[in-house]
Amino acid sequence: MTDVKPVLRLEDIVKTFPGVRALDGVSFSVFPGEVHALMGENGAGKSTLMKVLGGIYQPDGGAIFMEDQQVVMAGPLEAKAKGVMFIHQELSLAAELSVAENIYLGELPRKSFGRVDWAKLTEQTDAILKKLNVSFDAKTRVGDLSIANQQMVEIARALTVDAKAVIFDEPTASLTDAEKVVLFDVIADLKRDGVGIIYISHRMEEIFKITDRISVLRDGQYQGTVNTADSTEESITQMMIGRKLDLSRNASHHELGDVALEVRGLSCGKLYQDINFEVRRGEVVGFYGLVGAGRTEIAETLFGLREPSAGQILLEGEEVRIHSPADAISRGISLVPEDRKGQGLVLGMNCRDNMTLPQVDDLKAGPFVAEGAEVAIFDQYRDRLDIRTPGWRAQAGNLSGGNQQKIVIGKWLSMHPNLLIVDEPTRGIDVGSKSEIHKLLRELAAQGYAVMVISSEMPEVLHVSDRIIAMYSGRVMRTFTSEEVTEDSLIKAISGLSDDKAA
Amino acid sequence: MKSGAVSKALANGAIWGFIILQLIFFSIAGEYLSLSDKAFMDWENMLLLLKQSAPIGIIAMGMTLVMVNGNIDLSVGATFAIAAIVMLDSMTWPIFASLGDGVIPIAWLLALTVGTLLGALNGLIVWKTGVDAFIVTLGSMLGYRGIVFMFNGENPTSHLNWTLVDFAEAEFLGLATASWFLLIVTFAIWFLMTKTVHGRNAYAIGDNREAAVNAGIRVGPHMMINFAIIGFLAALSAVVFYSESGSVNPNDGQLYELWVITAVVLGGTKITGGAGNVIGTFGGVIAIQLLRKGLGHIGADTSTVNLVIGLILIAVLFLDRQLNVKGKEELKV
Repeated sequence: MTDVKPVLRLEDIVKTFPGVRALDGVSFSVFPGEVHALMGENGAGKSTLMKVLGGIYQPDGGAIFMEDQQVVMAGPLEAKAKGVMFIHQELSLAAELSVAENIYLGELPRKSFGRVDWAKLTEQTDAILKKLNVSFDAKTRVGDLSIANQQMVEIARALTVDAKAVIFDEPTASLTDAEKVVLFDVIADLKRDGVGIIYISHRMEEIFKITDRISVLRDGQYQGTVNTADSTEESITQMMIGRKLDLSRNASHHELGDVALEVRGLSCGKLYQDINFEVRRGEVVGFYGLVGAGRTEIAETLFGLREPSAGQILLEGEEVRIHSPADAISRGISLVPEDRKGQGLVLGMNCRDNMTLPQVDDLKAGPFVAEGAEVAIFDQYRDRLDIRTPGWRAQAGNLSGGNQQKIVIGKWLSMHPNLLIVDEPTRGIDVGSKSEIHKLLRELAAQGYAVMVISSEMPEVLHVSDRIIAMYSGRVMRTFTSEEVTEDSLIKAISGLSDDKAA
Repeated sequence: MKSGAVSKALANGAIWGFIILQLIFFSIAGEYLSLSDKAFMDWENMLLLLKQSAPIGIIAMGMTLVMVNGNIDLSVGATFAIAAIVMLDSMTWPIFASLGDGVIPIAWLLALTVGTLLGALNGLIVWKTGVDAFIVTLGSMLGYRGIVFMFNGENPTSHLNWTLVDFAEAEFLGLATASWFLLIVTFAIWFLMTKTVHGRNAYAIGDNREAAVNAGIRVGPHMMINFAIIGFLAALSAVVFYSESGSVNPNDGQLYELWVITAVVLGGTKITGGAGNVIGTFGGVIAIQLLRKGLGHIGADTSTVNLVIGLILIAVLFLDRQLNVKGKEELKV
């Protein structure tokens, strides 16, 4: 390949955010006709790297070359103009418009008087759809398509321009096996046309099936590039996790209490099926899996935000039906949601009012809010959780992520819950506060709380959990105790692979 | 049935079903309650209804475009009044005195230009400041109305030009001038929204603004053009109406924005943008006018009309929402 110029070459890309070195010297090349896998754990820097490539972030150091010419990606349009196309995991389509209009969004063919050239549009679209072998046509309304077919529309978009490099970000997350076959055919076609492809996925079997080389990121650092043919799942996993990971395991040394929550055969349509588990007082149960594996949806069901389609929820041995968050709260279930700023806090409100929000009705003095009682609660939990704020009058939106999270946790603790569910406890929180939150979760277990932790970060799950439930596309794959779990078996379980040793 | 099919049917066709229902109801009820012995569904009466729909209807077509685009314009009533004043007053200006009836096209042009500029100003502010269109046009609604009162205080501005009145009262192929304007505007905006790139981009922007931006659509200019169009149409509505009446009160056009928005929403346009069409809006305009006329026909007073329309609006939106919930898997709110 000496005389072939790489379509895309990254050299020593550095990107820092306040307090975090998100990318630290990432270099690799993608050649024409190559499928190049980019792997790494959640938070390893893959998305940041893609945003740098797409012109959404500007790198703080390093350079991007296309066919040996240095380029600057000033914005999404520029990246597109240079032939770098993205197929995003999160769809960005206009649901009310037709397939054809979505594919050519921003570039509708014109006739005189600014009219849309519908004939040409339909013809061009049908040609692309034919290549993709899909069951819908150019005139179908995108909102009427399944998620998988919407994904195909996104892919069709990348085929409209003369792409030099196409980046697939977890493209199979919502595809069925049959649809995957079609996708892989499309990738094979692109490959034959000499397009360079970056393929991001957690699914090992796909990586080994379709990619030529694999580059691995860990904590923003480039770990190297290997030929797929020379690698094994073990060797890649090892590159992804590294060996310096020695966060201590935290099996409980205290006696576990009664079963606080038991779930039997719980299902919710297509989101998750036949879920069984229990959480005892005094233990932390970790839920690990890829985004979309159904973890958050289980939490939302327990908190009364979703109606289960089958199964039972038992609190302290008694079957309950939870129809609303108010129901859940009155039964002692608390949810610290994933999206802290959007769902957990009222950012414009002060710290005290945020903390007492769910119980302000119980804190009344006659018809009025008992502000004194509110301040007392705030002071108590500020001290207990070590929340650093200038005072209760500070706006929640002005606190750091770690302190915001503590306010949300304090809000529920002050209600003395029977079950505390924490979804992504440390997302977007700096390293120091992270370990404080971890310590706090362990302490809560030691004090006899039943805690469910949902996390996409393996070190975190390993660190805080007594037991780990591994989920893959809506099902529980395996439950590990903290003694038996290994990084390797955990990664396999959440990638949908069976673990021979465990079977 | 496919999900969304019912709500789509509602959005596309229900307004016409509603109109037919009204026609039947008022025809039968009119037999017993009406003071006159004239039938409600009289051809003359229906033609008059179309003519009376024109002032609201012409603006509603522009509002459909603006709302599909994901914005709203509350200032149309005030723009309507300003345009009326500009037209009537400019015909009396001494510099045009020598022109005779030649002043008419100039007065029209001035009024339409002012309306377009006021609309474009709204759009420019929304574009450049990023402030929500609701707030911007709430401000300009008050501001433009202020200008109306500054011009002539509480007094009406009047000027009757008989050539103009003849033009406004003329009929062509059985339809009044105002009716023709309504039909032509409806067709023009229908063409713009369904056939042109600008129109389709307006849908895309209202539907998923981020996707539109990522696709390289320049959102700001598109929005400004649409605001300019609705400003132009508010002015057009005014010049058509006041060519006949010849006198404008400073309070004229107040609450027009609400009638217009009601018609557009009844016609199936999504208040959050991205979906809607002028044919539905046309139905919404007719339905409201029919309700006003019909309730008048059976002897109800204006306050009853407002109450009934308000209730129907809420009922329609409630029904639409119920039909759009995607089943039990949906996250509850």
